[in-house]
Amino acid sequence: MTTPTLERPITPVADPIATAVADVDGWPEAASETMAEAPAKTKELVIVDWSGDLDKIWPVLILSSTAAASGVRCRVFVTFWGLLPFVKDEKRIVGENWMQKMLTLMQRPGIDHLKLSKMNFLGMGPWMMGTLRKQYNVASPRELLEAATALGVEFIPCQMTMDMFGLKREDLIDEMGEPAGAATAIEIMTEADASLFI
Amino acid sequence: MTLQITQTLDARGLSCPMPIVKTAQAIKTIPSGGLIEVLATDPGSVKDFAAWSRTTGNELVEQTTDSGVFRFVLRRK
Repeated sequence: MTTPTLERPITPVADPIATAVADVDGWPEAASETMAEAPAKTKELVIVDWSGDLDKIWPVLILSSTAAASGVRCRVFVTFWGLLPFVKDEKRIVGENWMQKMLTLMQRPGIDHLKLSKMNFLGMGPWMMGTLRKQYNVASPRELLEAATALGVEFIPCQMTMDMFGLKREDLIDEMGEPAGAATAIEIMTEADASLFI
Repeated sequence: MTLQITQTLDARGLSCPMPIVKTAQAIKTIPSGGLIEVLATDPGSVKDFAAWSRTTGNELVEQTTDSGVFRFVLRRK
């Protein structure tokens, strides 16, 4: 019977847990790398602004300016009736043919000429709303639009609506972004943290 | 200890969302770590400033109320 001999001398282990952890393949190096590589993603909000009514443009502008003020990237895809409030002030009747001209004759474009979706009463409703707004010191759609663009809210006009309404890029306010289509809307909506259709 | 306020923003009389919008614009003009004091009368601003502080990471250092005027002190991130 022979005495067993050790093939290599035993070296003292400083920290058995650290050694065990180091033995696990790809950890913790890989884990800490992934954590370091993923910076906090900026939150994103996308609003599809479809309605041109005062009572719907208002929340669009309140939410978009507040989002931008909160460090949330906000993009507004402006389509159909939603486009008319974004026509420049000096433009009264826009369009190429009589039908398009008729449209803006019936619904005056621009941010200061909005109608209510209910209780419009030939302009009595919006007038009363404007009086209440001043009484309670609520910001007007114009003030909110200025704040939104100053804070970096991106407004994207819908190319198809522009064509159908006969609107040219120069008819719209300068702060509007480049016109785009439905695929762009879908892309930004699916990538955003929240999206709304107003 | 009194806080060293860098800037004061008077948002009294303004309603939602202007106190927040004006604070967001004003806080950009002070250095990181600086303090901004905001005065508001909108009762909704109490919840809104707490929410805004959480969303943006600008710390809400102090909050007081004095006869209908809400005072918020925020530290720029």
